[in-house]
Amino acid sequence: MANATPTADARRPLRRRRRPPSTLIRHGVLLLFLIVMVYPLVWMAVSAFKPAHLILTDPGLVSDEYTFENFRDGWHALNQPFSGFFLNSLAVTVGSIVGNLFSCSLAAYALARLDFRGKRLFFAITLVSVMLPMHVLIIPQYIFFSQLGWVNTYLPLLIPKFLATDAFFVFLMVQFIRGIPRDLDRAAAIDGAGPFRVFWHIIFPLMRPALVTTTIFTFIWTWNDFFTPLIYLTSTDMYTVPVALNSMVSSESQQGIGMLFAMSLLSLAPVLAFFVFAQRYLIRGVATTGLK
Amino acid sequence: MARAVGRRRPSGAPGHRRQGRAAYVFLSPWLLGLALVTAVPLGASLYLAFTDYNILSTPRFTGFANFERMLGDDRFWAAASVTARYVFISVPLQLAFALLLAVVLDRGLRGLAFYRGAFYLPSLLGASVAVAILWREAFGHNGLVNSVLGWVGIEGQSWLQNPATALSTLIVLNVWTFGSPMVIFLAGLRQVPEELYEAARVDGASWYRRFRHITVPMLTPIIFFNLILQTIGAFQTFTQAHIISGGTGGPVDSTLFYTLYVYQQGFKSFDMGYASALAWVLLLVIGGVTALHFFLSKYWVFYGDD
Repeated sequence: MANATPTADARRPLRRRRRPPSTLIRHGVLLLFLIVMVYPLVWMAVSAFKPAHLILTDPGLVSDEYTFENFRDGWHALNQPFSGFFLNSLAVTVGSIVGNLFSCSLAAYALARLDFRGKRLFFAITLVSVMLPMHVLIIPQYIFFSQLGWVNTYLPLLIPKFLATDAFFVFLMVQFIRGIPRDLDRAAAIDGAGPFRVFWHIIFPLMRPALVTTTIFTFIWTWNDFFTPLIYLTSTDMYTVPVALNSMVSSESQQGIGMLFAMSLLSLAPVLAFFVFAQRYLIRGVATTGLK
Repeated sequence: MARAVGRRRPSGAPGHRRQGRAAYVFLSPWLLGLALVTAVPLGASLYLAFTDYNILSTPRFTGFANFERMLGDDRFWAAASVTARYVFISVPLQLAFALLLAVVLDRGLRGLAFYRGAFYLPSLLGASVAVAILWREAFGHNGLVNSVLGWVGIEGQSWLQNPATALSTLIVLNVWTFGSPMVIFLAGLRQVPEELYEAARVDGASWYRRFRHITVPMLTPIIFFNLILQTIGAFQTFTQAHIISGGTGGPVDSTLFYTLYVYQQGFKSFDMGYASALAWVLLLVIGGVTALHFFLSKYWVFYGDD
């Protein structure tokens, strides 16, 4: 990496001097492509502020009339205001983040640093379980949780997170801990610290970048998750935002498109906020681990 | 040195045993999860696949009846065909876009961070219900797509009501999320040694030849990684299909994704034995396709060290 940087710097002025037209063309093509890709999102955002009858007749971005009606009506479109769904989503999301940070970091520390029987096997299981489709597990899980009386509670959504079942994050953290110099552990061990103190006082604080990545991706995945809450949450007052949006779709009419767009836009707002403020972490997370 | 230490402190010695005990304490949530949330359900669904079970009564063992039923089940074949077309069309297209844009962005273009971020955005949103709703309306009869086609004089159609085009709207949606493989490609492109390009340029190789004979071979391990990841993900697509079709998989089962059919059988008809059998077939197909990819990778993936 160290010797790649000077070559890149040396190359840049040379290329710019030699081929400005091609650079312009590239920017033109890229921008055009970008507009086509992002236009649907912008269309949804603008339409959310248009009166319902204008949305489908005028796909342009500028409108004669703007209104907050869609947001007001959409907020109360179901028999409970959306504030409740947002709070439900927030509770599930925060719980999932705490669960993943707790359980995945403990497992990752053991797999990365401690000596014990079955270590290689356990690590292999982690890798394989990343690829296991959840549809194979969901039916017995549902039967199990319903026998515990947990259907229509958040426990089936949260308890698995406290049991390190998001193997991807275990893997991510193992890789990260392996990059922390072992001298630090050894120095602490010589001073008499046991594995628990080494973990809590040395490894855990040093893991911060991995913990941030885990937090952000857990947030986005849980916030967007539709399948699990669809299965476990049966009464409207327990719904998370995606499930609430789904029931709005089912009762949709031509008038409803404005409300649907308004509530959809609000549901994306937290994810967009992460995109704006934590893009560095998102890109790095994807580039190093292949997270979505 | 290591051996001397090892001899003084064989694996049964107190320090080592303490570390082993601590490890199991650290791993206890994970072990519990592995047992209760993964391993036992995996075994249970395999057993249920050979039973007739509707959640109210006890499972009744029926041998291979569920699998025989699949062979004569038109909706099973519809779901398999829809999913296969979706996976084998959308994933290569998505990766082609990802690779192409990564290459265009890579060679010292200004504004890389801006483009990379903007192209990545759809990947973050693509699996959400909100974007599926957007797609549903954009491809609707009076939606955005038909309006834009109208501007250039093409008569639109009801993309979602027409069984011939409904699936392609979801393929477009998956291609739209090419940003995350693109970010991975960009990271990979940085590892390609600049000397290779310099040498090729000195030899007068064209842009296409440099792409074909340097970039692509050097990137094959990453193409392979993305291919595996995106294929496994595409097989499990559920949300988009559920929202677009209102949970039915229609029109005429043209968006009946396999996972949607498993959901309908298991949680709408409560035919949980049959749904388990369906889910196991999915697991075996994903495993088989992944194994095939690994086998075929010997012939096209180039690792620098061999």
